[in-house]
Amino acid sequence: MPVQDLKGQKIWQRRTGRESLGHWVIWLIGVAIFAYCWQQISASTTWFFVWDAPRIANDIWTRATPPRWEYIAQLGKPIWDTLNIATLGTIFSLILAVPVAFMAARNTTPSRFIIRPIALLIIVSTRSINSLIWALLLIAIIGPGVFAGVIAIAIRSIGFCAKLLYEAIEEIDETQVEAITATGASRWQVMAYGIVPQIMPAFAGIAVFRWDINIRESTVLGLVGAGGIGLQLSSSLNVLAWPQVTLILLVILAAVVISEWVSAKVRGAII
Amino acid sequence: MSEVSALIGKPWKKPPFIQRPWLRWLLIVGFVAYLIAAFSTIEVNWSRVYAGLERGEKFILAFTQPDFTSRSSDIWEGMIESIVMTVASSVVGIAISIPIALGAARNVAPLPVYLICRSIIAISRALQEIIVAILLVAIFGFGPLAGFLTLSFATIGFLAKLLAEDIESMDKVQAEAIKASGAKWTQWINYGVQPQVMPRLIGLSIYRIDINFRESAILGLVGAGGIGATLNTAFDRYEYDTAAAILLIIIVIVMALEYLSGVIRARVQ
Repeated sequence: MPVQDLKGQKIWQRRTGRESLGHWVIWLIGVAIFAYCWQQISASTTWFFVWDAPRIANDIWTRATPPRWEYIAQLGKPIWDTLNIATLGTIFSLILAVPVAFMAARNTTPSRFIIRPIALLIIVSTRSINSLIWALLLIAIIGPGVFAGVIAIAIRSIGFCAKLLYEAIEEIDETQVEAITATGASRWQVMAYGIVPQIMPAFAGIAVFRWDINIRESTVLGLVGAGGIGLQLSSSLNVLAWPQVTLILLVILAAVVISEWVSAKVRGAII
Repeated sequence: MSEVSALIGKPWKKPPFIQRPWLRWLLIVGFVAYLIAAFSTIEVNWSRVYAGLERGEKFILAFTQPDFTSRSSDIWEGMIESIVMTVASSVVGIAISIPIALGAARNVAPLPVYLICRSIIAISRALQEIIVAILLVAIFGFGPLAGFLTLSFATIGFLAKLLAEDIESMDKVQAEAIKASGAKWTQWINYGVQPQVMPRLIGLSIYRIDINFRESAILGLVGAGGIGATLNTAFDRYEYDTAAAILLIIIVIVMALEYLSGVIRARVQ
């Protein structure tokens, strides 16, 4: 126990002298890095705009309120598109994620040294690139529209779903699998009767969770032209129709809150 | 016994995932109806898709020979800006979310503070990063400052919520022992609460740095600084080899961060 001797009295301390020195050095380096970063940001900022910001914010606020409620009649189709992008994207991604997850899980992978690394690479690369970037890329390839949004969401979600699913597969109870194998079941029968029933609740939970995230992501995909309510948002922003922007933001907020509520309810019912 | 004897001789069937038959059929019928409705409203221009396949092939081929050199200065500047934004916003975001997390934990904060902090978290979580970025770019002008503020704001919702949940589920006995020794409130937090949540705080912070870096890659699309602007330009000019190079750098950095966070989390826990 680190104890300091002060005029014959022993005082408890949290750290020894060397430990606290080490902490100080780490903190010093951290503060220096932060200061450098802040300097970089500050150097590429036009500070006049920042000092002017409260006035601009106030100006935008007065332009943006009240929201233009009658515009909501034109938002029905975009919201339907957004819902479709999220739902169909989630379904496609699950179809693609299931085989990837089975190939990535240590206990079901056909080959540990060739196929498993490939599956893990698919998981990492699809997860690390944002759906907006996928959408940008797909728009260049297959043209703007809802379809590009669906595919972008599908690709982006593979990594997330497959990662959670293969972790669930690795945690299954092996004794059940063994029992099915002992009855003389084939490889596919073992999968269908030994593994699938065990991961079904996890699978349903992952599907609903990802659907909720995808609703959020699909609301902004339109900013790059991939359909949905984001298209209306970007065209309203382009013509500086702030009352419409406010209404769209409120609709997006409502969609996000509703989808989160639905997903929490469904997951609560499953688990 | 009669139930068992009635079942003898009949082949076994797998029990369905959803037990109640009416709910199962309702879900299946509703789902099929939705799928038909959804597919009928999506217009796919197949000739356009077919025409684009060649471009897609070109893009995939570009991954085999990414071009790091011809736009190297743009890539380098964008990457540095992304990393700078990530670091600065993570530091500020984490520093702000710790007091908010304390306020949002019911066993630490009184009810009014709890409600205020919870509503801050709810607002931050409900707003998309990119939408916040659009508004902040409109207010503060183009550049990394808007991106930095966006990421800091998004960090608060994520980190404060998860940290508050961890504080709420901490071991009361240890905290009470510190209180019984006559500690002040700050000492109580420092010696009773903080050591219990520290591993989780470090794990979450590193995870959030990872997320912030990924998000910083897209903020450039709306003018909030970072590598996104360079990437967008590369796509617009159909310079797929440069785009592939940028994407590869992002993937490598994310992989490195993920590996690092795994190592650090294994050490602190």
